[in-house]
Amino acid sequence: MKNRLNREIIAMRVAKELQDGDVVNLGIGIPSLCSQFIPEGKTVIYHSESGVLNYGPMAEEGFEDQDLINASGQFLAPVDGMSFFSSSDAFAMIRGGHIDVTVLGALQVSKSGDLANWMIPSRGIGNVGGAMDLAVGAKKVIVAMEHNDKNGSSKIVNECSFPLTSKSCVSLIVTDIAVIQVVKSGLQLLECAPGWTKEDVQNETEVELIFEKGIKEFTL
Amino acid sequence: MNKVFNSFDEAVSDIPDNSTLMIDGFAGPGGTSQNLIGALRNLGSKNLTIISNTAGLASVIGFGTLPGQTPVDIGVLVENNQVKKVIASFPVSPSPSRPTAFEKAYAKHEVELELVPQGTLAERIRAGGAGIPAFFTPTGVDTRVSEGKEIREFNGKKYVLETALKADFALIRAYQSDRLGNLVYKGTSKNFNSVMVTAATISIVEVDKIVETGAIESALIDTPLLYVDRIVEIKENNEK
Repeated sequence: MKNRLNREIIAMRVAKELQDGDVVNLGIGIPSLCSQFIPEGKTVIYHSESGVLNYGPMAEEGFEDQDLINASGQFLAPVDGMSFFSSSDAFAMIRGGHIDVTVLGALQVSKSGDLANWMIPSRGIGNVGGAMDLAVGAKKVIVAMEHNDKNGSSKIVNECSFPLTSKSCVSLIVTDIAVIQVVKSGLQLLECAPGWTKEDVQNETEVELIFEKGIKEFTL
Repeated sequence: MNKVFNSFDEAVSDIPDNSTLMIDGFAGPGGTSQNLIGALRNLGSKNLTIISNTAGLASVIGFGTLPGQTPVDIGVLVENNQVKKVIASFPVSPSPSRPTAFEKAYAKHEVELELVPQGTLAERIRAGGAGIPAFFTPTGVDTRVSEGKEIREFNGKKYVLETALKADFALIRAYQSDRLGNLVYKGTSKNFNSVMVTAATISIVEVDKIVETGAIESALIDTPLLYVDRIVEIKENNEK
């Protein structure tokens, strides 16, 4: 059986990459789900470009406050130890190298780790938001996405055809069928989803993947 | 010196055609000067250049909006044909099936767009307020947003030259002001507001409450009074 993993499992696999004490910025979509899967005993500090550090859970129904949101527009619960600041401070944190990890969605990732995630050319217009700043400024960029687009085309491509967010910025790609690391010589397959062989993953991928010894099944 | 105005209409009454404005907020109604935007719409000044994170989003997709509310945002100015150009990082709806007023006008070539990465937007505004004409940043190098701009290498890495942004007027929402114009913001509604207030010739601020001078502890003031020119208090029947 070759099932594709759901969005929560992708987020769960990404969450395993986050280390105790990391300052992390989560993008919208699959990345925003990661915070649910941090194991007890591990502390991750969340940053949002809406101007907040160290936020916790979402606000409970009836307690939403429009002056307490993250960059996805979700209402946050007030928690001890959270701080608020200006947009220039929020981005000084990002551009100044103070964010350990950002998890972003993607439309395309290239063989050399180029990221395209802000504009579908056919629409003619797009939202860049904070993606270019995060891609350039965070110490580590993890992409969490579906492996193929809705027409079945590989989103992992030799060259991005969509407008770039940033060049050579991605270090790890977690999809619904594989975990792939960006290395100097290209893209190295680390893990396959249960039931998928490395050849199965290669068949869904435009880029010729590097197979080293020790390719594992997805570990959560 | 009296900075306190009695009405939003009065506070914006001298904004002429062809002005450049900074309009605050992240994307939702929190921290957005909804009453001043409404007053500017009533005033009808035309050919405006708007510098803002979005081009009006919450009124269409409900970003950061409490159930049942319809926020006033830049969309009302676009719909009233007052806007010539928008400088923003997040100008369109994330949902193509629910386009914003700006997107519709853009498709008909009625408005111009300068798309700016959000950190570059914040920093260009900060630079405008701090007397810095331009700065180098790695954000946007090798992408569309740096096309035609100067690229320079520092320590082997490429950077793009970005120029400061200033405005004739800033429309700002804050939580409290004292009678001198010292401001405090609430929660995440500080983001663009506390930067834009520094970069306009005239900053107009709507606040939940005007308090007596001294009521805000000096150590907790977010924006010192010299950045603030006009203050209007939001009343019960205004947009919150």
